[in-house]
Amino acid sequence: MDDADKERQRRQRTRSKAIGWLLFALVVLFFLVTMVRLGGNVVDRPL
Amino acid sequence: MTDVTSSVIDARITATGGDVADYVALMKPRVMFLVVFTALVGLVAAPGTMHPVLAIAALICIAAGSGAAGALNMWYDADIDAKMARTAARPVPRGNVTPQEALTFGSVLGAFSVFCMGLMVNWLAAALLAGTIGFYVFVYTMWLKRWTPQNIVIGGAAGAVPPMIGWAAATGSVSFASFVLFLIIFVWTPPHFWALAILRTGDYARANVPMMPVVKGADETRRQILIYSIVLAPLGVVPAFIGLGGVLYAATSVILGVLFVYFAWQCYRERTGEKADRAAKQLFAYSVLYLFLLFAALLVEHGFGIGESLPALFWTA
Repeated sequence: MDDADKERQRRQRTRSKAIGWLLFALVVLFFLVTMVRLGGNVVDRPL
Repeated sequence: MTDVTSSVIDARITATGGDVADYVALMKPRVMFLVVFTALVGLVAAPGTMHPVLAIAALICIAAGSGAAGALNMWYDADIDAKMARTAARPVPRGNVTPQEALTFGSVLGAFSVFCMGLMVNWLAAALLAGTIGFYVFVYTMWLKRWTPQNIVIGGAAGAVPPMIGWAAATGSVSFASFVLFLIIFVWTPPHFWALAILRTGDYARANVPMMPVVKGADETRRQILIYSIVLAPLGVVPAFIGLGGVLYAATSVILGVLFVYFAWQCYRERTGEKADRAAKQLFAYSVLYLFLLFAALLVEHGFGIGESLPALFWTA
């Protein structure tokens, strides 16, 4: 494996990590927004 | 390692895509900071309250939208950027990110930011965000920038909308007060940009971009900078008279406005040599500080609830 391959792998790894963290942050954000949006309305519905 | 071998390796690395830092640079983080900051002020200054989670979601969408516009701008302007010293090291002209990657990144990010804003906050804020991205990319970047010396005057509207988006996110509507914030940034943009353009005239001329100093000359640009600055100084005080800013804001805006005109006057007066360059540099640096402090005053007043408006004071007196 030469320098170019090593650099390519390093870049790929950092990009993958960044995308992973971003997706995790989005999941948390969507969860929180859903909770805020729904609020008490979840229990306030006809049964 | 020989130069030839090194360049072959460089080319192979480039072909594998950019680093994370390249994608961050693609989003113009410094512009993004100013966009998010002014949007935050619009959001906080708007009447009523907004849940902090929704406010953060709105600001993230605005940041993403700003980043998308930056990436699409760098995709389209790669040819110009490569010819200018200030922009030659950007990811696309340097070859770290291909134009196709920049286009895909910008388009996906832009569409996602608008869609999320609509779903999580409201569709008026989403429409304003979409309009701003579209205006910056299609009207400013693709049309005005290469066509007229008024490019940044009209194109500046895109950078002026964020406080209105913040306001719309908080209230679901726009108002005269938010339009005043838009106007302040709109009038601030020409002197801010032209101060830089005076220093980079050669760059713009080489890239065939019809910036004001290239087309009309540095002296005419200095005259127009002064005119816009004289309009901006009183305009900056207006929020204090419509109940948006209080006493702190009134005092800050008057002092900052006077200083803005002073620096513009210095730039107008000094026309040759090192002194002229220094005056343009000082005006450019000060213009950034001006906008930041002006909006920071509003943020402090509304954030801490200490803004007693001038009309209220007069009324009591």
